[in-house]
Amino acid sequence: MPVWEKYILPASLQEALEAAASAPGTARFIAGGTDLLLDLQQGRHPPVHTLIDITALAETTALEIRSDELFIGAAVPLSRIVQSPLVIEHAQALAEASALIGGPQVRNTASLGGNVCHALPAADGAIALLALDASAEIADRRGCRRAPLGELFLGPGRSALDPRAELLTGFYLPLKSSGQASAHRRVMRPQGVAIAILNMAIWLARHDDLIQDIRIAVGPAGPKPLRAVQTEGFLRGKPYRKETIAPGLDVLLAETHFRTSPHRATAEYRRRLAGVLLEDALQAAWQRAGESSEHQTVI
Amino acid sequence: MEKNLIPISITVNGRRVELEVQPQHTLLKVLQNQLDLIGSKECCGEGECGACTILANGRAINSCLVLAVEADGWEIVTIEGLAEDERLDPLQEAFLKAGAVQCGYCIPGMVMSAKYLLMKNPHPSEDEVRQGLAGNLCRCAGYNRIIAAVQLAASEKEAA
Ligand code: FES
Ligand code: FES
Repeated sequence: MPVWEKYILPASLQEALEAAASAPGTARFIAGGTDLLLDLQQGRHPPVHTLIDITALAETTALEIRSDELFIGAAVPLSRIVQSPLVIEHAQALAEASALIGGPQVRNTASLGGNVCHALPAADGAIALLALDASAEIADRRGCRRAPLGELFLGPGRSALDPRAELLTGFYLPLKSSGQASAHRRVMRPQGVAIAILNMAIWLARHDDLIQDIRIAVGPAGPKPLRAVQTEGFLRGKPYRKETIAPGLDVLLAETHFRTSPHRATAEYRRRLAGVLLEDALQAAWQRAGESSEHQTVI
Repeated sequence: MEKNLIPISITVNGRRVELEVQPQHTLLKVLQNQLDLIGSKECCGEGECGACTILANGRAINSCLVLAVEADGWEIVTIEGLAEDERLDPLQEAFLKAGAVQCGYCIPGMVMSAKYLLMKNPHPSEDEVRQGLAGNLCRCAGYNRIIAAVQLAASEKEAA
């Protein structure tokens, strides 16, 4: 039995939304499909009637500055994100994260929107976007609305979007200003192409030797991609030093819920890695922020 | 089921073909079963091994991970499209010279990934070759010679 009956490639957003609303059975938007097609073929996703390909829409394939924000369409392939000078300038964590998803062939097909909508707690794209304070643009037949990225996730593999009515068109990210930077780090099995054992993205603003502001996202540390808000609160306003980071790690370990997953890692191993990643990601973001700032301090 | 057939038109190795495909068939399946192009291999069928790698509009993709219907209008090059009039592509020659082929199952995909890499970066470092082939597995584990073959092809290009 086929796991989907129909495939369509609409040329406009309106057409895509109409198709989803009027499909005789369930419908799913697809943008690359490197996860969705496999989940359908292998029975992890219930059969759907119609696949609606959103890779031909102007709205979902744009990658540009829009007034004071960076817009990245949901259907933009990861390889384009990795190479984009705009992303490298304003959202380095996202460029790094995108380069870690799949192999080169997968990145030429897979999209950032797909990575996010698959809603895995350690999706590299979602983790980087969370730390970068991205918001999602969601279209329905009445128009477009914005939502904080975190609101898209319900639980592992479950996105909050209504598949009949709502289409994720893309992401808005704040532009980087002087003294700010981001970094994404992860640990994975040495075989290469697989989801992270643990990943972390950090955005920070640096002022002299102080962490003026910071955002940390980490996965898999709970049912959804996690913003470590308590750790952020602890580190905010403190000097960047060993003596700050060590107690910061304690706060992080208290607010994360690492689990043992059969083929990847034990909870204990993840707890140990968390310290390594925190140091690494923090250091990378701190140094970059120094390079982009007038006030450089060396410690 | 027949009623669901969707017409597509693709260019494969320079030849334009019109086909009717089922919406659930992958591009790989259609290349193999409807066009008799059996060079691209299905191994994992899930984007891990790269044995099915082809060039689509100049970019390497896993043909097991895209649907044939998505390929409507695409320009596709498969391993069969590299040789010209019985003359192997220099990259294929380099694979032979370097002794990079063991059972050969992974090789069509390796060659297509390497082709893509050299198109973007004609003189890759060893590390860049490894990154470029990160989406391709060789179960015979002949990686060192495969990497040497790609570097050989790159250096010969330089000499030519
Ligand atoms: S068969 Fe396509 S990646 Fe393995
Ligand atoms: S040569 Fe046998 S799989 Fe690579």
